[in-house]
Formats: sequence, C-alpha cells, structure tokens
Amino acid sequence: MEGDLAHIGAGLAAIGSGAAAIGVGNVAGNFLAGALRNPSAAASQTATLFIGIAFAEALGIFSFLVALLLMFAV
Amino acid sequence: MATETHGAEGSSLVFHPMDQFIVKPLFGGDHMGMFTITNATLWMMLAIVAVIALMVFGTSRRATIPGRAQSVAELAYGFVYKMVEDVAGKDAVGFFPYIMTLFMFIVFSNFLGLLPMSFTPTSHFAVTVVLAMLVFLTVTIVGFVKNGAKFLGLFWVSSAPLALRPVLAIIEIISYFVRPVSHSIRLAGNVMAGHAVIKVFAGFAAIAVISPVSVLAITAMYGLEVLVSFIQAYVFTILTCVYLKDALHPSH
Repeated sequence: MEGDLAHIGAGLAAIGSGAAAIGVGNVAGNFLAGALRNPSAAASQTATLFIGIAFAEALGIFSFLVALLLMFAV
Repeated sequence: MATETHGAEGSSLVFHPMDQFIVKPLFGGDHMGMFTITNATLWMMLAIVAVIALMVFGTSRRATIPGRAQSVAELAYGFVYKMVEDVAGKDAVGFFPYIMTLFMFIVFSNFLGLLPMSFTPTSHFAVTVVLAMLVFLTVTIVGFVKNGAKFLGLFWVSSAPLALRPVLAIIEIISYFVRPVSHSIRLAGNVMAGHAVIKVFAGFAAIAVISPVSVLAITAMYGLEVLVSFIQAYVFTILTCVYLKDALHPSH
C-alpha cells in the first residue's frame, strides 16, 4: 500500500514538469516576440535565451527529482 | 536506474524501457568491482577516442582550405571559444581547455548514445553528477583564490535594502548549493527521458494496428533527440561559463 501511495505522489510530482514547461514556453515565446521586433539584436541574445530556459527548467528538474526519489528511494 | 532485468516478467512488452540503461560487465561474469570493464566504460572510452580522433587528426594537416574533419574541428573550437569569451569574459579564457573538454565529451557521448544498441554514459546521474561537482568545486575554489573573502559578496546583495539582505543571503546561498544538483540532473534527465520515450514507442510497434504511428513517432522523437543532445551539451557548457563568471566577478 505504501508503494502505491509513493507512485501516486510521483505522478503528482510530474505536474511540476508541466509547470516548468509553461515557464520555458514563456521564456522562448517572449524571446521570439522580442526577436521579431528587432531581428538584428536577436543573434547576440541566444546565450541569454538558453540561460533563461535553463533556469526556468531547473525548478521542473526538482519536481522530477522528487518523483525519482519517490519511485526508487522511498 | 533499473537494476534487474524486467523483460522476463512483462507479457505485452517484450522489453522494459529502462533496460537500456543497465550497466553490465563486458567480458562475462556478474561481479562488478571498482575496475570492471562495463559497457559504460566502453562507450565513455569510445567518446574520448572519437574526440581525440576529430581534434588531433582532424587538425593535424592544417590545410589552408580545410577538409571536412578540419572544418568540424575548427567550428567546434571557435564555437566554444566564443561562448567562453562572450559569457564568462575575456579573463576566463584560461579555463577554455577545461570547458572545451567538457563540451566535447558530453556532445560525443550524447551523439554516440543515439546509435542503436549503444549505451549513453550521460544518461546516468553518476556520470553527470561527477562532471557537475567538478565544475562546482572548480568554480568555488577559483572564486576564493581570485577574490578571497570578497567572493562572499556574491551572497550579499548590496543593491537591496539593508533589511532584506539577510533573507536574500539565505536564498542566494541555497541557490548556490543547489547548482550542481540542477546542473547534473538537467543533462541526465533530458537524455534519459528521451531515450526512454523512444523505447516506449518501440514497445508499441509490436501491436500491428498502431505500428505505423509508432514508427513515425520513433523517427520524430529521434530527430528531437539529436537536437536535445546538442542543446543539453550547450546548456551544460554555457552554465559552466555563467558560474565561472560569477566566480571571477562576484559583485552583485
């Protein structure tokens, strides 16, 4: 029974991945909106784009970590 | 990940999607000691050999009009050099060899892992955690050696109101120590999840009705994985550069 609850918890933790997807979409979408307004400045900002995506993704990774811990460590 | 084989117990699924990540000894036997040659060792060695082959033999002729190998080698060199210079600053180019090594190793183990029947070392947390911890330790030591106690200014946000600074300091310290966790799990998680998804779709291919959809999905996922392999190596490297910049110029 405990194992079942842990699996449900892992599934709930996967919601965090969806939240991270919203965050990453926000970053990329706003970058695209800005890049279409001023395409000449876009190329110099791709590094910033990836850093922003990485930071937004990091918090989704923690939920993935929680899911992994529930699946394999609890 | 999965330590035991699941294939025997599943009736509909012939293999378990996580079976591809099992580390097993290459030359028979079940015993795994410190120095046993496993498939992880083999594919890491192959990645290193491929990097050496590209960078050493590719650039050894130094033709004025570069051939294919030389073009790729020069492109990779220029790409990483520009990244270090742009993101970490001009004074960080001393760390370029280290960052170049990281990038080439990750990119090659990701791409070699996309070969059918191969093994991806970077899909294992054990590998990426070591890489990320090395970056974390390097950056921390470099920060203290170059700036001394001023490195702690990284945690003390001097532009914030005085009352807020202790709270911000706690948040900054937590986010600093969480860096190696997100740094390593981002790479391993992305690579592992992508490979597992491909294997899940491969499992559906056994059902006749949906097998065309499944084959198309595998092809599409594979294309995405080629992209992800490169982007994750790029992100790992660029975050190393960002952390390095923080260590060299810790003011907020």
